[in-house]
Amino acid sequence: MTEGGLREEPALIPKKEETAVSRMRDRLGPWLFVAPAALLILVFIVYPTFWTMRLSLFGGLGFNFTRFVGFDNYVKLLTNDPQFLDLSKFPPGGAVVNNIFWLVVYTPAVIFVGLVVAVLADKVKYESIMKSVVFTPMAIAATAAAIIWLFVYSADPRIGILNALLTTVVPGAEPVSFVGNVDLVNPAIIIAAIWINAGFTTVVLSAALKGIPVEIIEAARVDGASGPQVFTRIQVPMLAPTISVVAVTMIIYVIKVFDLIFVMGGNNGGPLGSARVVAFSQYVETFNNGRAGYGSAIAVLMLVVVLPFILLNVKRFRAEAGR
Amino acid sequence: MKSHPSALTRALTRTPIHLALLLIGTIWLIPTVGLFITSFRERADIHADGWWNVIREPRFTAETYVTMLTSTGQTESLLQNFINSFIITIPATIIPVVLAAAAAYAFAWLEFRGRDVLFLAVVALLVIPIQMTFVPVLQLFNATKLTGNFVGIWLAHSAYGLPFAIYLLHSFFAGLPRSLIEAARMDGSSELRTFLRIVLPLSVPGIASLAIFQFLGVWNDLLVAIIYLQNPVLQPMTVGVLKLLGTYGTEYGVLSAAAFLTMAVPLLVFFSLQRFFVQGLLAGSVKS
Repeated sequence: MTEGGLREEPALIPKKEETAVSRMRDRLGPWLFVAPAALLILVFIVYPTFWTMRLSLFGGLGFNFTRFVGFDNYVKLLTNDPQFLDLSKFPPGGAVVNNIFWLVVYTPAVIFVGLVVAVLADKVKYESIMKSVVFTPMAIAATAAAIIWLFVYSADPRIGILNALLTTVVPGAEPVSFVGNVDLVNPAIIIAAIWINAGFTTVVLSAALKGIPVEIIEAARVDGASGPQVFTRIQVPMLAPTISVVAVTMIIYVIKVFDLIFVMGGNNGGPLGSARVVAFSQYVETFNNGRAGYGSAIAVLMLVVVLPFILLNVKRFRAEAGR
Repeated sequence: MKSHPSALTRALTRTPIHLALLLIGTIWLIPTVGLFITSFRERADIHADGWWNVIREPRFTAETYVTMLTSTGQTESLLQNFINSFIITIPATIIPVVLAAAAAYAFAWLEFRGRDVLFLAVVALLVIPIQMTFVPVLQLFNATKLTGNFVGIWLAHSAYGLPFAIYLLHSFFAGLPRSLIEAARMDGSSELRTFLRIVLPLSVPGIASLAIFQFLGVWNDLLVAIIYLQNPVLQPMTVGVLKLLGTYGTEYGVLSAAAFLTMAVPLLVFFSLQRFFVQGLLAGSVKS
């Protein structure tokens, strides 16, 4: 009966015998498929999300939410917690500002590296090997990647290759403590994050790159465009939609980044807490400082920040489904 | 007149490309290679000079791994951590894949009231920060005594993986030809049978890529494990490595070996099943 497939004539489908039981089964059937997944999502994601919103309005020690404090947690977070947001000095500091630094530095950098690798690898025979090399860190735990980079950054020139290079190339130079220095710790961790995620941006951008018709590139070449011109005038603009999708994924990664900082910066979040990000503060306040209401308020702020991306996802999906 | 660049000039113009790729490849490989070599060096050598000196004096030993995996004391728990990673990851991969497949089938091929709204809710949940769930779920676990065993973390990981799993499988299932599903229905096949005999076998690549994603996600997780598994006997490899860093931060041999052991399983999975991995990645990020 497959020959009728293209025309889709539901009228041809013989009517099933309608009994009370079969009607019931038809109506319940789909729900039996959906129910187990829906139940888990309700219990572990939906209900906790609303409950955390409520808890963010409470104070108390540990998990004892004894005092209703209204929006006090939020007010304190945004005006009176230098570890979270400090606008009193210049440059401003705190976890929020640090997260913004990540956003501004990491996001363009990881996309740029991915773009460069995708475009360059496209021109050589060993393309797949190259992409595998850059992609491999995506598969491993951020915890393991953090250890790998702690070795690279080690202040001991017998362990850390960067300091070994430094002390060899510049005789008499003092070894640098990359993760122990307030000014260097954030760039150091961001470089590790780029090392981890450039594989993602490379693979996705490379797939999009293959989708650009060869004729367009060749026509530009015939018109005398140089390699860099083809890159900036044709490939980058044509990749723009994919770049925006990749950027959104990376921005969401930044909003949630935790493991790398927790392992590389330690319990304190880097020297003097200088590597703290929002997800780090959420963890420390909730589980180390015993302020679960306060930590819940941080979680809610994280939700508020991803909200535009949730709406974007829904909008994008509806547009696709409508097609 | 069209200019035909000679083989020589073409090779010359391409040299910078090869050099740039060589540089990038080196930067990407060196850190991991360094860790790998360090884990196979003798303790005295590690503290004497850098791992790159193995080029001059190649001397390796698997001693660190042997002590880590066999001896008693603080290293014993690393073997336990390694085993725990499997105990946590395998059910936390199977459960969400099975549940998501069933749900994705309903969303793709069955008609029911509220279907589209419910699926949009799944899409909305894709990027919700899991931080929103920690405290209430922990309260629930404390009340039901689920913090002391693996059941809690199996369920939590399964739930956290479900929105993406449903979304990914839905896109695979929805891509199957309608004629196929309708032919089965006309032949009187029940929905369950259509799902098991037609949709699932045809979606093996999609299911495989999802399973790899979920496996790697759970295996590599640190945050969920440190929150829901406070009992050291139950903790996975990532937590074991973190603790090692805190207590034996200068025992570079053990640290590198433990970190490498944590990576070994994902690397094995990745290299043997890379095709599915990349396929799933592309399907999940840019829907074609």
